[in-house]
Amino acid sequence: MKGVSLILVCLFALGGVSLLSLGIGRYPVSPLAMLSWLLTGQSADANLPVVLLNIRLPRLVAAIAAGGALSLSGAAYQGLFRNPMVSPDILGVSSGSGSGFGAALGILFSLPVVAVQALSLAGGITAVLSAVLVSRAIGRSSDSVLVLVLSGIVISSLFGALLSLLKYIADPLDKLPAITYWLMGSFADIRTGELGTAAAMVLAGAIPLLLVSWRLNVLSFGEEEARSLGLDTGRMRLAVILCATLVTASMISVCGIIGWVGLVVPHISRFLGGANHRRLMPVSFLCGAAFMVAVDTVARSAASVEIPVGIITAVLGAPFFIWIMKRSAVRAW
Amino acid sequence: MVKAREQSIAIRNAGLGYNGKAILDDVELEIAPGEIICLLGQNGAGKTTLFRTMLGFIAPLRGSVTLAGREVSRLSPREIARIVSYVPQSYAMPFAYSVTDVVLFGRSAHLRLFASPGSRDRRIAAECLDLLEISHLAARPFNELSGGERQMVVIARALAQEAQFMILDEPASNLDYGNQVRVIRKVRELAGRNIGILMATHHPDHAFMAASRVAVLSGGRLSHDGSPEAMLTPETLRSLYGVEVQVFDTPQNGHASRRVCAPVVE
Repeated sequence: MKGVSLILVCLFALGGVSLLSLGIGRYPVSPLAMLSWLLTGQSADANLPVVLLNIRLPRLVAAIAAGGALSLSGAAYQGLFRNPMVSPDILGVSSGSGSGFGAALGILFSLPVVAVQALSLAGGITAVLSAVLVSRAIGRSSDSVLVLVLSGIVISSLFGALLSLLKYIADPLDKLPAITYWLMGSFADIRTGELGTAAAMVLAGAIPLLLVSWRLNVLSFGEEEARSLGLDTGRMRLAVILCATLVTASMISVCGIIGWVGLVVPHISRFLGGANHRRLMPVSFLCGAAFMVAVDTVARSAASVEIPVGIITAVLGAPFFIWIMKRSAVRAW
Repeated sequence: MVKAREQSIAIRNAGLGYNGKAILDDVELEIAPGEIICLLGQNGAGKTTLFRTMLGFIAPLRGSVTLAGREVSRLSPREIARIVSYVPQSYAMPFAYSVTDVVLFGRSAHLRLFASPGSRDRRIAAECLDLLEISHLAARPFNELSGGERQMVVIARALAQEAQFMILDEPASNLDYGNQVRVIRKVRELAGRNIGILMATHHPDHAFMAASRVAVLSGGRLSHDGSPEAMLTPETLRSLYGVEVQVFDTPQNGHASRRVCAPVVE
Protein backbone atom coordinates (compact mmCIF):
# COMPACT_ATOMS: atom_id res chain seq x y z
CA MET A 1 0.00 0.00 0.00
CA LYS A 2 1.29 3.48 -0.78
CA GLY A 3 2.39 5.75 2.03
CA VAL A 4 -0.38 8.29 2.31
CA SER A 5 -3.26 5.85 1.91
CA LEU A 6 -1.75 3.48 4.46
CA ILE A 7 -1.41 6.31 6.98
CA LEU A 8 -5.05 7.29 6.34
CA VAL A 9 -6.16 3.70 6.93
CA CYS A 10 -4.19 3.63 10.20
CA LEU A 11 -5.73 6.95 11.28
CA PHE A 12 -9.17 5.59 10.49
CA ALA A 13 -8.47 2.42 12.48
CA LEU A 14 -7.24 4.47 15.43
CA GLY A 15 -10.40 6.61 15.27
CA GLY A 16 -12.60 3.52 15.20
CA VAL A 17 -10.86 1.84 18.12
CA SER A 18 -11.01 5.08 20.09
CA LEU A 19 -14.77 5.50 19.60
CA LEU A 20 -15.33 1.88 20.62
CA SER A 21 -13.15 2.36 23.66
CA LEU A 22 -15.07 5.47 24.72
CA GLY A 23 -18.32 3.52 24.60
CA ILE A 24 -17.16 0.40 26.44
CA GLY A 25 -16.89 0.23 30.21
CA ARG A 26 -18.66 -0.11 33.53
CA TYR A 27 -21.02 2.64 32.43
CA PRO A 28 -21.84 1.70 28.80
CA VAL A 29 -22.44 4.54 26.38
CA SER A 30 -24.18 3.66 23.14
CA PRO A 31 -22.53 4.94 19.97
CA LEU A 32 -25.73 6.77 19.04
CA ALA A 33 -25.91 8.61 22.37
CA MET A 34 -22.24 9.53 22.03
CA LEU A 35 -22.70 10.77 18.49
CA SER A 36 -25.74 12.88 19.32
CA TRP A 37 -23.90 14.40 22.28
CA LEU A 38 -20.87 15.14 20.11
CA LEU A 39 -22.98 16.75 17.38
CA THR A 40 -25.55 18.66 19.43
CA GLY A 41 -23.65 19.19 22.65
CA GLN A 42 -26.69 17.97 24.56
CA SER A 43 -27.43 14.66 26.15
CA ALA A 44 -30.48 13.10 27.74
CA ASP A 45 -28.18 11.36 30.19
CA ALA A 46 -26.48 13.92 32.45
CA ASN A 47 -23.77 11.43 33.44
CA LEU A 48 -22.62 10.86 29.88
CA PRO A 49 -20.47 14.01 29.43
CA VAL A 50 -18.91 13.46 32.87
CA VAL A 51 -17.98 9.85 32.16
CA LEU A 52 -16.62 10.67 28.72
CA LEU A 53 -14.79 13.91 29.44
CA ASN A 54 -13.46 13.32 32.94
CA ILE A 55 -12.81 9.59 32.97
CA ARG A 56 -12.55 8.00 29.56
CA LEU A 57 -11.11 10.77 27.42
CA PRO A 58 -7.96 11.41 29.54
CA ARG A 59 -7.37 7.68 29.61
CA LEU A 60 -7.84 7.42 25.88
CA VAL A 61 -5.40 10.25 25.25
CA ALA A 62 -2.88 8.64 27.61
CA ALA A 63 -3.18 5.28 25.86
CA ILE A 64 -2.75 6.91 22.44
CA ALA A 65 0.27 8.89 23.60
CA ALA A 66 1.91 5.94 25.37
CA GLY A 67 1.32 3.39 22.61
CA GLY A 68 2.43 5.83 19.94
CA ALA A 69 5.46 6.99 21.92
CA LEU A 70 6.73 3.50 22.74
CA SER A 71 6.25 2.24 19.18
CA LEU A 72 7.78 5.31 17.56
CA SER A 73 10.89 5.17 19.72
CA GLY A 74 11.04 1.40 19.22
CA ALA A 75 11.10 1.88 15.45
CA ALA A 76 13.77 4.59 15.82
CA TYR A 77 15.95 2.39 18.04
CA GLN A 78 15.62 -0.59 15.70
CA GLY A 79 16.82 1.54 12.80
CA LEU A 80 19.58 3.13 14.85
CA PHE A 81 20.95 -0.15 16.14
CA ARG A 82 20.39 -1.90 12.79
CA ASN A 83 18.67 -4.62 14.70
CA PRO A 84 14.99 -5.47 14.48
CA MET A 85 15.12 -7.18 17.87
CA VAL A 86 15.83 -4.12 20.01
CA SER A 87 13.23 -2.08 21.85
CA PRO A 88 13.16 1.20 23.77
CA ASP A 89 14.52 -0.52 26.89
CA ILE A 90 17.82 -1.31 25.17
CA LEU A 91 19.56 1.67 26.81
CA GLY A 92 17.90 1.24 30.18
CA VAL A 93 15.15 3.81 29.98
CA SER A 94 12.43 1.41 31.02
CA SER A 95 12.31 -2.26 31.90
CA GLY A 96 12.31 -1.41 35.57
CA SER A 97 15.74 0.17 35.53
CA GLY A 98 16.15 3.94 35.27
CA SER A 99 12.53 5.01 35.33
CA GLY A 100 11.54 2.32 37.82
CA PHE A 101 14.32 3.27 40.18
CA GLY A 102 13.29 6.94 40.06
CA ALA A 103 9.64 6.14 40.69
CA ALA A 104 10.45 3.71 43.51
CA LEU A 105 12.58 6.38 45.16
CA GLY A 106 9.66 8.79 45.02
CA ILE A 107 7.18 6.22 46.38
CA LEU A 108 9.58 5.20 49.15
CA PHE A 109 9.77 8.75 50.47
CA SER A 110 5.99 9.24 50.11
CA LEU A 111 6.47 12.10 47.68
CA PRO A 112 3.47 13.53 45.82
CA VAL A 113 2.50 11.97 42.50
CA VAL A 114 4.04 14.78 40.46
CA ALA A 115 7.40 14.30 42.19
CA VAL A 116 7.27 10.53 41.60
CA GLN A 117 6.76 11.21 37.91
CA ALA A 118 9.52 13.79 37.77
CA LEU A 119 11.92 11.38 39.48
CA SER A 120 10.94 8.61 37.10
CA LEU A 121 11.57 10.86 34.10
CA ALA A 122 14.91 11.95 35.56
CA GLY A 123 15.83 8.31 36.28
CA GLY A 124 15.05 7.23 32.73
CA ILE A 125 17.01 10.06 31.16
CA THR A 126 19.93 9.57 33.56
CA ALA A 127 20.12 5.87 32.68
CA VAL A 128 20.30 6.59 28.95
CA LEU A 129 22.79 9.45 29.32
CA SER A 130 25.00 7.26 31.53
CA ALA A 131 24.96 4.54 28.87
CA VAL A 132 25.93 7.09 26.20
CA LEU A 133 28.70 8.56 28.39
CA VAL A 134 30.09 5.13 29.28
CA SER A 135 30.23 4.16 25.61
CA ARG A 136 31.98 7.45 24.78
CA ALA A 137 34.53 6.88 27.52
CA ILE A 138 35.28 3.37 26.27
CA GLY A 139 36.16 4.81 22.88
CA ARG A 140 34.87 5.35 19.43
CA SER A 141 37.46 3.41 17.47
CA SER A 142 35.77 0.03 17.79
CA ASP A 143 32.21 -0.92 16.88
CA SER A 144 30.42 1.97 18.56
CA VAL A 145 26.90 0.54 18.28
CA LEU A 146 27.90 -2.67 20.02
CA VAL A 147 29.69 -0.72 22.76
CA LEU A 148 26.58 1.42 23.21
CA VAL A 149 24.31 -1.63 23.56
CA LEU A 150 26.66 -3.27 26.06
CA SER A 151 26.89 -0.03 28.05
CA GLY A 152 23.09 0.05 28.10
CA ILE A 153 22.96 -3.48 29.50
CA VAL A 154 25.49 -2.60 32.20
CA ILE A 155 23.61 0.55 33.22
CA SER A 156 20.28 -1.31 33.16
CA SER A 157 21.46 -4.01 35.48
CA LEU A 158 23.04 -1.44 37.80
CA PHE A 159 19.76 0.49 38.09
CA GLY A 160 17.92 -2.83 38.35
CA ALA A 161 20.05 -3.75 41.38
CA LEU A 162 19.41 -0.35 42.99
CA LEU A 163 15.70 -0.83 42.36
CA SER A 164 15.85 -4.21 44.11
CA LEU A 165 17.55 -2.55 47.04
CA LEU A 166 14.74 0.01 47.31
CA LYS A 167 12.13 -2.75 47.15
CA TYR A 168 14.00 -4.69 49.82
CA ILE A 169 14.00 -1.81 52.28
CA ALA A 170 10.48 -0.64 51.38
CA ASP A 171 7.64 -1.15 53.87
CA PRO A 172 6.09 -4.46 52.71
CA LEU A 173 2.57 -3.49 53.77
CA ASP A 174 2.34 -0.20 52.04
CA LYS A 175 5.28 1.01 49.92
CA LEU A 176 6.32 -2.30 48.34
CA PRO A 177 2.89 -2.96 46.78
CA ALA A 178 2.80 0.61 45.47
CA ILE A 179 6.20 0.17 43.79
CA THR A 180 5.18 -3.21 42.39
CA TYR A 181 1.93 -1.85 40.96
CA TRP A 182 3.76 1.10 39.46
CA LEU A 183 6.17 -1.27 37.71
CA MET A 184 3.24 -3.15 36.15
CA GLY A 185 2.03 -0.07 34.30
CA SER A 186 -1.52 1.22 34.21
CA PHE A 187 -3.60 4.09 32.89
CA ALA A 188 -5.99 3.95 35.86
CA ASP A 189 -4.54 6.95 37.70
CA ILE A 190 -4.17 9.31 34.77
CA ARG A 191 -5.05 12.91 35.58
CA THR A 192 -5.61 15.56 32.97
CA GLY A 193 -2.98 17.99 34.29
CA GLU A 194 -0.03 15.59 34.29
CA LEU A 195 -1.15 14.18 31.00
CA GLY A 196 -0.82 17.58 29.32
CA THR A 197 2.83 17.91 30.34
CA ALA A 198 3.68 14.35 29.31
CA ALA A 199 1.88 14.68 25.97
CA ALA A 200 3.73 17.92 25.26
CA MET A 201 7.05 16.18 25.90
CA VAL A 202 6.02 13.30 23.66
CA LEU A 203 5.30 15.78 20.89
CA ALA A 204 8.59 17.60 21.49
CA GLY A 205 10.48 14.34 20.92
CA ALA A 206 8.24 12.77 18.30
CA ILE A 207 8.22 15.66 15.83
CA PRO A 208 12.01 15.73 15.29
CA LEU A 209 12.00 11.92 15.06
CA LEU A 210 9.35 12.02 12.34
CA LEU A 211 11.22 14.79 10.53
CA VAL A 212 14.53 12.91 10.36
CA SER A 213 12.86 9.57 9.60
CA TRP A 214 14.24 9.41 6.06
CA ARG A 215 17.79 9.84 7.38
CA LEU A 216 17.21 6.98 9.84
CA ASN A 217 17.24 4.71 6.79
CA VAL A 218 20.73 5.87 5.92
CA LEU A 219 21.83 5.53 9.54
CA SER A 220 20.69 1.90 9.52
CA PHE A 221 23.49 1.12 7.05
CA GLY A 222 25.97 1.42 9.89
CA GLU A 223 28.41 4.03 11.08
CA GLU A 224 30.96 4.26 8.28
CA GLU A 225 28.64 3.70 5.37
CA ALA A 226 26.21 6.32 6.62
CA ARG A 227 29.10 8.73 7.02
CA SER A 228 30.37 8.06 3.54
CA LEU A 229 26.86 8.93 2.33
CA GLY A 230 27.20 12.33 3.99
CA LEU A 231 25.61 11.92 7.43
CA ASP A 232 27.14 13.37 10.58
CA THR A 233 26.53 10.03 12.29
CA GLY A 234 27.72 10.91 15.80
CA ARG A 235 25.48 13.93 16.15
CA MET A 236 22.57 12.27 14.41
CA ARG A 237 22.71 9.21 16.63
CA LEU A 238 22.84 11.31 19.78
CA ALA A 239 19.86 13.38 18.61
CA VAL A 240 17.79 10.27 17.86
CA ILE A 241 18.65 8.72 21.24
CA LEU A 242 17.73 11.91 23.11
CA CYS A 243 14.41 12.32 21.29
CA ALA A 244 13.47 8.65 21.68
CA THR A 245 14.38 8.80 25.36
CA LEU A 246 12.32 11.93 25.96
CA VAL A 247 9.33 10.35 24.23
CA THR A 248 9.55 7.05 26.12
CA ALA A 249 10.55 8.33 29.54
CA SER A 250 7.88 11.03 29.65
CA MET A 251 5.10 8.50 29.01
CA ILE A 252 6.54 5.85 31.33
CA SER A 253 6.72 8.45 34.09
CA VAL A 254 2.92 8.85 34.08
CA CYS A 255 1.72 5.34 33.26
CA GLY A 256 4.45 3.05 34.58
CA ILE A 257 6.33 0.41 32.69
CA ILE A 258 4.63 -1.12 29.69
CA GLY A 259 6.86 -3.57 27.85
CA TRP A 260 6.75 -5.29 24.48
CA VAL A 261 4.82 -2.60 22.60
CA GLY A 262 7.98 -0.87 21.37
CA LEU A 263 9.38 -4.16 20.17
CA VAL A 264 6.36 -5.75 18.54
CA VAL A 265 4.46 -2.85 16.95
CA PRO A 266 7.32 -1.70 14.66
CA HIS A 267 7.38 -5.25 13.28
CA ILE A 268 3.68 -5.23 12.48
CA SER A 269 4.14 -1.79 10.92
CA ARG A 270 7.06 -2.97 8.80
CA PHE A 271 4.89 -5.85 7.66
CA LEU A 272 2.14 -3.39 6.68
CA GLY A 273 4.13 -0.60 5.10
CA GLY A 274 7.65 -1.78 4.35
CA ALA A 275 11.04 -1.00 5.85
CA ASN A 276 11.45 2.62 4.74
CA HIS A 277 11.46 4.62 7.99
CA ARG A 278 9.75 7.55 6.38
CA ARG A 279 6.58 5.46 6.26
CA LEU A 280 7.46 3.12 9.12
CA MET A 281 7.71 5.85 11.77
CA PRO A 282 4.22 7.41 11.36
CA VAL A 283 2.64 3.98 10.80
CA SER A 284 4.32 2.69 13.98
CA PHE A 285 3.00 5.64 15.97
CA LEU A 286 -0.59 5.12 14.76
CA CYS A 287 -0.56 1.33 15.07
CA GLY A 288 1.00 1.54 18.53
CA ALA A 289 -1.66 4.04 19.61
CA ALA A 290 -4.51 1.87 18.27
CA PHE A 291 -3.01 -1.25 19.84
CA MET A 292 -2.64 0.42 23.23
CA VAL A 293 -6.19 1.78 23.18
CA ALA A 294 -7.49 -1.71 22.44
CA VAL A 295 -5.34 -3.30 25.15
CA ASP A 296 -6.34 -0.69 27.72
CA THR A 297 -10.02 -1.18 26.91
CA VAL A 298 -9.58 -4.90 27.58
CA ALA A 299 -7.60 -4.13 30.72
CA ARG A 300 -10.35 -2.07 32.29
CA SER A 301 -13.42 -3.99 31.11
CA ALA A 302 -12.54 -7.68 30.71
CA ALA A 303 -12.59 -8.62 34.39
CA SER A 304 -14.28 -7.26 37.49
CA VAL A 305 -10.86 -6.03 38.67
CA GLU A 306 -8.69 -3.95 36.39
CA ILE A 307 -5.79 -5.92 34.90
CA PRO A 308 -2.47 -4.01 34.70
CA VAL A 309 -1.86 -3.10 31.07
CA GLY A 310 1.77 -4.23 31.16
CA ILE A 311 0.64 -7.78 31.93
CA ILE A 312 -1.60 -7.94 28.88
CA THR A 313 1.06 -6.52 26.55
CA ALA A 314 3.55 -9.09 27.81
CA VAL A 315 1.09 -11.98 27.41
CA LEU A 316 0.39 -10.87 23.84
CA GLY A 317 3.96 -9.82 23.06
CA ALA A 318 5.93 -12.88 24.12
CA PRO A 319 4.34 -15.40 21.75
CA PHE A 320 4.38 -12.85 18.97
CA PHE A 321 8.08 -12.31 19.49
CA ILE A 322 8.71 -16.05 19.23
CA TRP A 323 6.84 -16.01 15.93
CA ILE A 324 8.99 -13.08 14.73
CA MET A 325 12.18 -14.93 15.61
CA LYS A 326 11.01 -18.00 13.74
CA ARG A 327 10.12 -15.89 10.73
CA SER A 328 13.45 -14.03 10.85
CA ALA A 329 15.24 -17.31 10.31
CA VAL A 330 13.52 -17.52 6.94
CA ARG A 331 13.65 -14.04 5.45
CA ALA A 332 14.86 -10.49 6.00
CA TRP A 333 12.74 -7.70 7.43
CA MET B 1 48.76 22.90 -12.60
CA VAL B 2 47.01 24.58 -9.70
CA LYS B 3 43.68 24.02 -11.36
CA ALA B 4 44.40 20.35 -11.94
CA ARG B 5 45.31 19.98 -8.29
CA GLU B 6 42.06 21.58 -7.23
CA GLN B 7 40.09 19.01 -9.12
CA SER B 8 41.93 16.00 -7.82
CA ILE B 9 42.36 13.91 -4.71
CA ALA B 10 45.92 14.43 -3.53
CA ILE B 11 47.82 12.71 -0.75
CA ARG B 12 51.17 14.31 -0.08
CA ASN B 13 53.95 12.95 2.09
CA ALA B 14 51.38 11.48 4.46
CA GLY B 15 51.63 9.12 7.41
CA LEU B 16 48.36 7.25 7.95
CA GLY B 17 47.28 5.18 10.93
CA TYR B 18 45.51 5.07 14.28
CA ASN B 19 46.35 6.40 17.75
CA GLY B 20 49.56 8.02 16.59
CA LYS B 21 50.89 4.77 15.12
CA ALA B 22 51.49 4.89 11.38
CA ILE B 23 50.43 1.89 9.32
CA LEU B 24 51.40 3.56 6.05
CA ASP B 25 54.15 6.12 5.66
CA ASP B 26 55.40 8.54 3.00
CA VAL B 27 52.21 8.05 0.99
CA GLU B 28 52.03 9.97 -2.27
CA LEU B 29 48.96 9.54 -4.44
CA GLU B 30 47.04 11.71 -6.83
CA ILE B 31 43.78 10.79 -8.53
CA ALA B 32 42.48 12.92 -11.38
CA PRO B 33 38.94 12.84 -12.79
CA GLY B 34 38.49 10.19 -15.46
CA GLU B 35 41.33 7.88 -14.47
CA ILE B 36 41.16 4.46 -12.85
CA ILE B 37 43.76 3.56 -10.27
CA CYS B 38 43.85 -0.05 -9.19
CA LEU B 39 45.13 -0.66 -5.69
CA LEU B 40 46.78 -4.02 -5.12
CA GLY B 41 48.18 -5.47 -1.96
CA GLN B 42 47.73 -8.28 0.49
CA ASN B 43 45.08 -8.23 3.18
CA GLY B 44 46.25 -6.12 6.11
CA ALA B 45 48.60 -4.06 3.92
CA GLY B 46 46.79 -0.86 4.90
CA LYS B 47 44.12 -0.59 2.21
CA THR B 48 41.35 0.07 4.72
CA THR B 49 43.48 2.68 6.52
CA LEU B 50 44.04 4.49 3.21
CA PHE B 51 40.31 4.43 2.36
CA ARG B 52 39.24 5.53 5.82
CA THR B 53 41.63 8.47 5.66
CA MET B 54 40.45 9.54 2.20
CA LEU B 55 36.82 9.39 3.39
CA GLY B 56 37.62 11.53 6.43
CA PHE B 57 36.92 8.84 9.08
CA ILE B 58 40.44 9.21 10.48
CA ALA B 59 42.83 12.14 10.22
CA PRO B 60 46.27 11.71 8.65
CA LEU B 61 49.07 11.63 11.24
CA ARG B 62 51.40 13.63 9.02
CA GLY B 63 51.31 15.30 5.65
CA SER B 64 48.23 16.39 3.78
CA VAL B 65 45.19 14.74 2.24
CA THR B 66 43.19 17.10 0.05
CA LEU B 67 39.90 16.56 -1.74
CA ALA B 68 39.36 19.02 -4.56
CA GLY B 69 42.00 21.30 -3.05
CA ARG B 70 40.63 21.29 0.51
CA GLU B 71 42.14 19.53 3.49
CA VAL B 72 39.92 16.50 4.27
CA SER B 73 40.00 17.07 8.04
CA ARG B 74 38.32 20.45 7.55
CA LEU B 75 35.44 19.08 5.52
CA SER B 76 32.11 17.93 6.99
CA PRO B 77 30.83 14.41 6.14
CA ARG B 78 28.31 16.08 3.87
CA GLU B 79 31.00 18.01 1.95
CA ILE B 80 33.19 14.91 1.66
CA ALA B 81 30.27 12.86 0.34
CA ARG B 82 29.73 15.40 -2.43
CA ILE B 83 33.34 14.98 -3.59
CA VAL B 84 33.97 11.27 -3.13
CA SER B 85 31.58 8.32 -2.99
CA TYR B 86 32.30 4.92 -1.53
CA VAL B 87 31.32 1.41 -2.61
CA PRO B 88 31.92 -0.99 0.28
CA GLN B 89 32.25 -4.73 -0.08
CA SER B 90 28.93 -6.48 -0.45
CA TYR B 91 27.00 -7.20 2.71
CA ALA B 92 23.51 -7.96 3.97
CA MET B 93 21.04 -5.34 5.21
CA PRO B 94 18.98 -5.76 8.39
CA PHE B 95 15.91 -4.28 6.73
CA ALA B 96 14.28 -5.02 3.37
CA TYR B 97 14.63 -1.70 1.58
CA SER B 98 13.68 -1.59 -2.07
CA VAL B 99 16.41 -1.11 -4.68
CA THR B 100 15.04 2.35 -5.53
CA ASP B 101 15.19 3.34 -1.85
CA VAL B 102 18.79 2.14 -1.56
CA VAL B 103 19.84 4.20 -4.59
CA LEU B 104 17.95 7.22 -3.24
CA PHE B 105 20.00 6.99 -0.01
CA GLY B 106 22.89 8.13 -2.20
CA ARG B 107 21.15 11.51 -2.40
CA SER B 108 21.58 12.19 1.36
CA ALA B 109 24.48 14.59 0.90
CA HIS B 110 22.35 16.75 -1.40
CA LEU B 111 19.31 16.93 0.90
CA ARG B 112 18.66 19.22 3.83
CA LEU B 113 18.39 17.70 7.31
CA PHE B 114 14.63 17.25 7.47
CA ALA B 115 14.10 16.70 3.75
CA SER B 116 13.35 13.49 1.91
CA PRO B 117 14.05 12.88 -1.79
CA GLY B 118 11.99 14.83 -4.31
CA SER B 119 11.20 14.31 -7.97
CA ARG B 120 14.65 15.48 -9.09
CA ASP B 121 16.32 12.93 -6.80
CA ARG B 122 14.02 10.21 -8.08
CA ARG B 123 14.94 11.10 -11.64
CA ILE B 124 18.66 10.95 -10.82
CA ALA B 125 18.20 7.57 -9.10
CA ALA B 126 16.33 6.23 -12.13
CA GLU B 127 19.11 7.46 -14.43
CA CYS B 128 21.74 5.74 -12.28
CA LEU B 129 19.80 2.46 -12.36
CA ASP B 130 19.47 2.85 -16.12
CA LEU B 131 23.18 3.54 -16.59
CA LEU B 132 24.05 0.34 -14.74
CA GLU B 133 21.37 -1.55 -16.68
CA ILE B 134 19.49 -2.63 -13.59
CA SER B 135 16.26 -0.64 -14.01
CA HIS B 136 14.31 -3.91 -13.97
CA LEU B 137 15.37 -4.41 -10.33
CA ALA B 138 13.98 -1.05 -9.15
CA ALA B 139 11.05 -2.40 -7.10
CA ARG B 140 12.78 -5.53 -5.77
CA PRO B 141 13.87 -5.83 -2.12
CA PHE B 142 17.64 -5.30 -1.95
CA ASN B 143 18.08 -8.29 0.35
CA GLU B 144 16.69 -10.74 -2.15
CA LEU B 145 19.14 -9.84 -4.93
CA SER B 146 22.14 -11.93 -5.99
CA GLY B 147 25.66 -10.77 -5.09
CA GLY B 148 26.31 -9.34 -8.56
CA GLU B 149 23.00 -7.44 -8.58
CA ARG B 150 23.66 -6.02 -5.12
CA GLN B 151 27.08 -4.81 -6.19
CA MET B 152 25.54 -3.00 -9.17
CA VAL B 153 22.90 -1.42 -6.89
CA VAL B 154 25.54 -0.14 -4.46
CA ILE B 155 27.54 1.28 -7.40
CA ALA B 156 24.33 2.98 -8.57
CA ARG B 157 23.90 4.43 -5.09
CA ALA B 158 27.44 5.82 -5.16
CA LEU B 159 26.77 7.23 -8.63
CA ALA B 160 23.64 8.98 -7.33
CA GLN B 161 25.91 10.91 -4.97
CA GLU B 162 27.12 12.81 -8.05
CA ALA B 163 30.63 12.91 -6.67
CA GLN B 164 33.67 13.49 -8.87
CA PHE B 165 35.49 10.52 -7.34
CA MET B 166 34.56 6.98 -6.39
CA ILE B 167 36.37 4.56 -4.11
CA LEU B 168 35.50 0.90 -4.64
CA ASP B 169 36.56 -1.76 -2.14
CA GLU B 170 37.09 -4.98 -4.07
CA PRO B 171 33.93 -4.55 -6.12
CA ALA B 172 34.49 -7.75 -8.05
CA SER B 173 35.41 -10.08 -5.22
CA ASN B 174 32.78 -12.66 -4.25
CA LEU B 175 31.27 -12.39 -7.73
CA ASP B 176 31.14 -15.07 -10.38
CA TYR B 177 33.28 -14.63 -13.49
CA GLY B 178 30.64 -13.03 -15.71
CA ASN B 179 29.64 -10.52 -13.03
CA GLN B 180 33.30 -9.65 -12.40
CA VAL B 181 33.69 -8.70 -16.05
CA ARG B 182 30.40 -6.77 -15.97
CA VAL B 183 31.51 -4.76 -12.95
CA ILE B 184 34.89 -3.95 -14.57
CA ARG B 185 33.11 -2.83 -17.74
CA LYS B 186 30.83 -0.52 -15.76
CA VAL B 187 33.79 0.91 -13.85
CA ARG B 188 35.43 1.77 -17.20
CA GLU B 189 32.21 3.41 -18.34
CA LEU B 190 32.11 5.55 -15.19
CA ALA B 191 35.68 6.69 -15.81
CA GLY B 192 34.53 7.61 -19.32
CA ARG B 193 32.08 9.98 -17.62
CA ASN B 194 35.04 11.77 -16.06
CA ILE B 195 34.76 10.14 -12.62
CA GLY B 196 38.10 9.47 -10.94
CA ILE B 197 38.21 5.94 -9.57
CA LEU B 198 40.31 4.20 -6.94
CA MET B 199 39.55 0.49 -6.95
CA ALA B 200 41.02 -2.12 -4.65
CA THR B 201 41.32 -5.55 -6.17
CA HIS B 202 43.04 -8.86 -5.58
CA HIS B 203 43.20 -9.70 -9.27
CA PRO B 204 46.06 -8.26 -11.33
CA ASP B 205 43.97 -9.07 -14.42
CA HIS B 206 41.40 -6.51 -13.28
CA ALA B 207 44.16 -3.93 -13.37
CA PHE B 208 45.13 -4.94 -16.92
CA MET B 209 41.47 -4.72 -17.95
CA ALA B 210 40.60 -1.39 -16.39
CA ALA B 211 43.41 0.56 -14.83
CA SER B 212 45.13 3.59 -16.18
CA ARG B 213 47.54 3.29 -13.27
CA VAL B 214 48.42 0.78 -10.58
CA ALA B 215 49.45 1.41 -6.98
CA VAL B 216 50.83 -1.38 -4.83
CA LEU B 217 50.61 -1.48 -1.04
CA SER B 218 53.23 -3.53 0.74
CA GLY B 219 55.49 -3.23 3.74
CA GLY B 220 53.77 -0.07 4.97
CA ARG B 221 54.51 1.80 1.73
CA LEU B 222 52.52 2.71 -1.32
CA SER B 223 54.94 1.95 -4.13
CA HIS B 224 54.97 4.57 -6.72
CA ASP B 225 52.24 4.23 -9.19
CA GLY B 226 52.72 3.65 -12.89
CA SER B 227 50.98 1.99 -15.78
CA PRO B 228 49.77 -1.60 -15.22
CA GLU B 229 52.28 -2.82 -17.80
CA ALA B 230 55.18 -1.14 -16.02
CA MET B 231 54.05 -2.07 -12.52
CA LEU B 232 52.77 -5.60 -12.87
CA THR B 233 55.78 -7.58 -13.96
CA PRO B 234 56.30 -11.24 -13.03
CA GLU B 235 58.84 -10.01 -10.43
CA THR B 236 56.47 -7.65 -8.61
CA LEU B 237 53.65 -10.19 -8.75
CA ARG B 238 55.94 -12.80 -7.22
CA SER B 239 56.97 -10.48 -4.40
CA LEU B 240 53.36 -9.39 -3.87
CA TYR B 241 51.62 -12.76 -3.88
CA GLY B 242 54.51 -15.19 -3.39
CA VAL B 243 53.68 -17.25 -6.49
CA GLU B 244 55.13 -17.46 -10.00
CA VAL B 245 52.99 -15.58 -12.52
CA GLN B 246 53.62 -15.24 -16.24
CA VAL B 247 52.44 -12.13 -18.04
CA PHE B 248 51.47 -12.31 -21.71
CA ASP B 249 50.33 -9.95 -24.40
CA THR B 250 47.19 -11.16 -26.04
CA PRO B 251 45.45 -9.85 -29.14
CA GLN B 252 41.81 -9.02 -28.53
CA ASN B 253 39.37 -8.92 -31.44
CA GLY B 254 41.83 -7.25 -33.73
CA HIS B 255 42.33 -4.33 -31.34
CA ALA B 256 45.57 -3.45 -29.64
CA SER B 257 46.79 -6.22 -27.42
CA ARG B 258 46.11 -6.44 -23.69
CA ARG B 259 48.18 -8.12 -21.02
CA VAL B 260 46.91 -11.10 -19.08
CA CYS B 261 48.26 -13.02 -16.12
CA ALA B 262 48.79 -16.74 -16.10
CA PRO B 263 49.88 -18.21 -12.79
CA VAL B 264 52.31 -21.11 -13.04
CA VAL B 265 50.78 -24.17 -11.42
CA GLU B 266 53.17 -26.95 -12.38
